[in-house]
Amino acid sequence: MGQFDYTVLKPSLPFIWTGLKFSVTLTLIAMSGGIVIGTLLALARLSSLKPLYTGAMLYVDLMRSIPLVMVILWFFLVIPLIIGKPVGAEYSAIITFTAFEAAYYSEIMRAGIQSVSKGQAMAGYALGMTYGQTMRLVVLPQAFRNMIPVLLTQTIILFQDTSLVYAIGAKDLLKAADIAGKNYNRPVEMYLFSAVIYFAICFTLSTFVKRLHKRIAVLR
Amino acid sequence: MGYHWHWGIYFDKIKGGEETYLSWLITGFGWTVAVSLCSWIIALVLGGLIGTVRTTPLRWAARLANAWVELFRNIPLLVQFFLWFFVVPELLPEKLSLWVKQEMPAKEFVTATVCLGLFTSARIAEQVRAGILSLPRGQRLAGLAMGLTLPQTYRHVLLPMACRIILPPLTSEFMNVFKNSSVAFAIGVLELTFQARQMQEDSEQGIETYLAVTVLYFICAFAANRVMSWIEKRTRVPGYITTAK
Repeated sequence: MGQFDYTVLKPSLPFIWTGLKFSVTLTLIAMSGGIVIGTLLALARLSSLKPLYTGAMLYVDLMRSIPLVMVILWFFLVIPLIIGKPVGAEYSAIITFTAFEAAYYSEIMRAGIQSVSKGQAMAGYALGMTYGQTMRLVVLPQAFRNMIPVLLTQTIILFQDTSLVYAIGAKDLLKAADIAGKNYNRPVEMYLFSAVIYFAICFTLSTFVKRLHKRIAVLR
Repeated sequence: MGYHWHWGIYFDKIKGGEETYLSWLITGFGWTVAVSLCSWIIALVLGGLIGTVRTTPLRWAARLANAWVELFRNIPLLVQFFLWFFVVPELLPEKLSLWVKQEMPAKEFVTATVCLGLFTSARIAEQVRAGILSLPRGQRLAGLAMGLTLPQTYRHVLLPMACRIILPPLTSEFMNVFKNSSVAFAIGVLELTFQARQMQEDSEQGIETYLAVTVLYFICAFAANRVMSWIEKRTRVPGYITTAK
């Protein structure tokens, strides 16, 4: 192949941009959905109701012990069977990542909830608050704040993991680079380019998270 | 749900061939284990080294090691697989490049092992560093005060304790290696995920296929977990690090 040819980057930019937008959208949806469902899972796991506890534990452990690629393939296979019509790879990816990340976020939120001292919840109950009010107004806000750096780190990992939608052919950043590389017959440049983009985004974010971590640590 | 179940699929012959689907799964399992174990060895050696260097007073070496960790941690694993498979051979000197591309035996396997090994080494380096830094400062100082050189202090005082401390996170890292090896399907390693996709397309019995593959991944994770907890038990220092059990 000889020398690198970076002139192919410019015409492929709009295409890559579309891919990047999908990667970011997928990350943001899976993050919000994952944190909400994850928090519910964490509450279920900390509850004293046996079926809730067992169900949440089984779900989280199952998700955490299967490779993500297999989970992506499973959902892509099973969702059409359940709803009875084919779904696009993009929609399948969004559902998969939300469900998968919920398991990881739930472990973080569980640690967060446990980091709030017991007296806080007791004080809530003593004031006559219900379980829901205590959680919503007292425990969860603190748990969430304590865990912000960890939640963000998990989100960076999530952003990197979105590249695995390659397995079902959804057009994310990597897939766009892959296609552009084939179109212009310059796969080497395009793969390098996508690696640079991923690195720039993830490195910037993780540096930011490190700073945030220090600031929050000082606050407490 | 219009799904046609066929649990005997594993013993059926593949389309236009003599092998059974079961033999595909077994091959896949073999490659998964091979890639995972080989990369694990690379990762342990390199990760241990790099993690240790990051805690030494050698400023330039520590910086280099930090850069290594940041590089491997901030690029998605799948992209790294593509970089090693398509990009790195282009960067080599011409003769070597040609050899890698055309003649290197088991090219996919070697590439996948190197890639996964280096990727995991960055994560292990992070654990090793955290383990060494978690030791009380007095241990290092005591070692030096007794007249041990810095390498001796590491060899006889710091590392033996640090290694034991990081065994639990290493356990989950060992399980991760098996999970991460699934990404190697993208460069054509014939491991479990590759076989899963191939068998699903060929037999159209997706659920049976994925179920078998998922169970095989479970077995890997479980075995990895057992081995590590056995090591943890064997190496425990009496009265020092106590575990729940």
